[in-house]
Amino acid sequence: MTWYAFIGALEQGLVYGIMVLGVYLTFRVLDFPDLTVDGSLPLGAAVSAVAITHGMNPFVSLLLAAAAGFVAGSITALLNTKLKILHLLASILTMIALYSINIRIMDGPNISLLGVPSVLDPLMALGVAGYLVAPAIYGLFALCITAGIIWFLHTELGQAMLATGDNPQMITSLGVNTHHIIIMGVGLSNALVAVSGALVAQNQGASDVNMGIGTIVAGLASVILGETVFGKSGVVRACVAVLLGSVLYRLAIALALGVKMGTFAFTPSDLNLITALLVVVALMAPKIKSKFSGNSAP
Amino acid sequence: MIRLSRFTKYFHKGSINQVLALDHLDLAVAEGDFITIVGSNGAGKSTLLNCLAGTHQPDEGRLLLHGDDIAHWPEHRRARFISRVFQDPLMGTCATLTIEQNLALANRRGARRGLAIGVKRSDRRLFRERLTRLGLGLEHRLTDGVGLLSGGQRQALTMLMATMVQPQVLLLDEHTAALDPKTARQILDLTRSIIAEQGLTTLMVTHNMRHALKMGNRLIMLHRGKIILDIQGEEKRALSQEDLVARFYDSQPEVEVSDRMLLG
Repeated sequence: MTWYAFIGALEQGLVYGIMVLGVYLTFRVLDFPDLTVDGSLPLGAAVSAVAITHGMNPFVSLLLAAAAGFVAGSITALLNTKLKILHLLASILTMIALYSINIRIMDGPNISLLGVPSVLDPLMALGVAGYLVAPAIYGLFALCITAGIIWFLHTELGQAMLATGDNPQMITSLGVNTHHIIIMGVGLSNALVAVSGALVAQNQGASDVNMGIGTIVAGLASVILGETVFGKSGVVRACVAVLLGSVLYRLAIALALGVKMGTFAFTPSDLNLITALLVVVALMAPKIKSKFSGNSAP
Repeated sequence: MIRLSRFTKYFHKGSINQVLALDHLDLAVAEGDFITIVGSNGAGKSTLLNCLAGTHQPDEGRLLLHGDDIAHWPEHRRARFISRVFQDPLMGTCATLTIEQNLALANRRGARRGLAIGVKRSDRRLFRERLTRLGLGLEHRLTDGVGLLSGGQRQALTMLMATMVQPQVLLLDEHTAALDPKTARQILDLTRSIIAEQGLTTLMVTHNMRHALKMGNRLIMLHRGKIILDIQGEEKRALSQEDLVARFYDSQPEVEVSDRMLLG
């Protein structure tokens, strides 16, 4: 892998790491498999792109993207809690609805962001080498957000959220309305995903309605990879692990794309296959580990 | 304090599997009452507790707590007044959280939860002091995951959590049935001392006639969703296990007949 490819993978790993933290919140903390993210990633991109092209500060546009993501997520959660629609189905419904909504927001399938301000500008203006700007900014965002999530999961509300995913009966009998917690949690998760989408769009210079395809798979792959490699005991460790898992996932993809055997080489269209294999290997890893260490898995 | 009137609960209402779980039940619980509830399987004991806690909503009737009809309040709203311990020791605690985090969750039962840190330093002192009273050494393991504890330890922790913030009513649903006899005895002793100390109004479902007679000041026997025996005070103290079983058959002639036919 070239240095350039490595930096690229790092940058992607960090910016999508924000999305992965969102997926961690739903998938692991709330035990709520949420496919809304495939729609809320481009939603964040769309909202941010429209806001910036209308003259809004790119940093402020992130807040707007987060708010839109929160609304999308809470709609999924409302469908699940109030209308009793299965969580997976509820999230698919929101996801496909968002496809239409995103096109409405952008008034077309995509918006170009070339030549408009972005969150990368301040560092660019300082004269930092161009290829380092995005990883630095995204790294800063990812670290701050990871710290924020860790803090949140240690608050009274965050602990109630952890308990809601683990033992809803118990936390209900302690006076917590689990519906509220799920709405807030899935909303928060999608807010993060939308911010991630907005940042991606600002860097690649365009927002596109199809940029969200496969988000959930990449998110799950990163969560599982991170937990397998870096462990998952405790909130702090798990949050850092899934962020690193995102970087690891993008590195693995970059590595695979660089593989050449004779005339054979992977193409970007092979990414889905690679991702699927990666998840299977990561899921198998604990069993393989226990087999080699002589303990039979329970 | 609690008054149930014509309290009725069906399951699968309107289908051919319709079951009348509670049949126009009337019950008045006085402040400080410690009631043990016995009855055969399907008598409605757990349904009664679930209806009090809010897991089930009744089809008819009223549930007054201090004069407010709370029959249709959601479960989380009642949690401010009502606290419960389940039969399954895994139900009352969160395995993935630590002991102190579980206690902190219980310490805010019924209160608003905000963005303050979940486990505060001042909490830890209180938790340690409470845990010391259990005598299980858990006060030295505040940051251990609850998943590492045994069923008995988890049930002891659940007892503590249920009474951390003093409830107005404590519901115990066969809370020692899943434990080995020695652990069950310890949990019962703990139950008794906590209830006595806080003067809690308690309803305890049990399958163990001896426990039902030994504990509490009042005993209720349920059968097919109705109260068929309700004794307290001196009358309860004088009752023997044999008497209780006999009373059960007396009030249910058809049961006696069929049992006699079977045994004869």
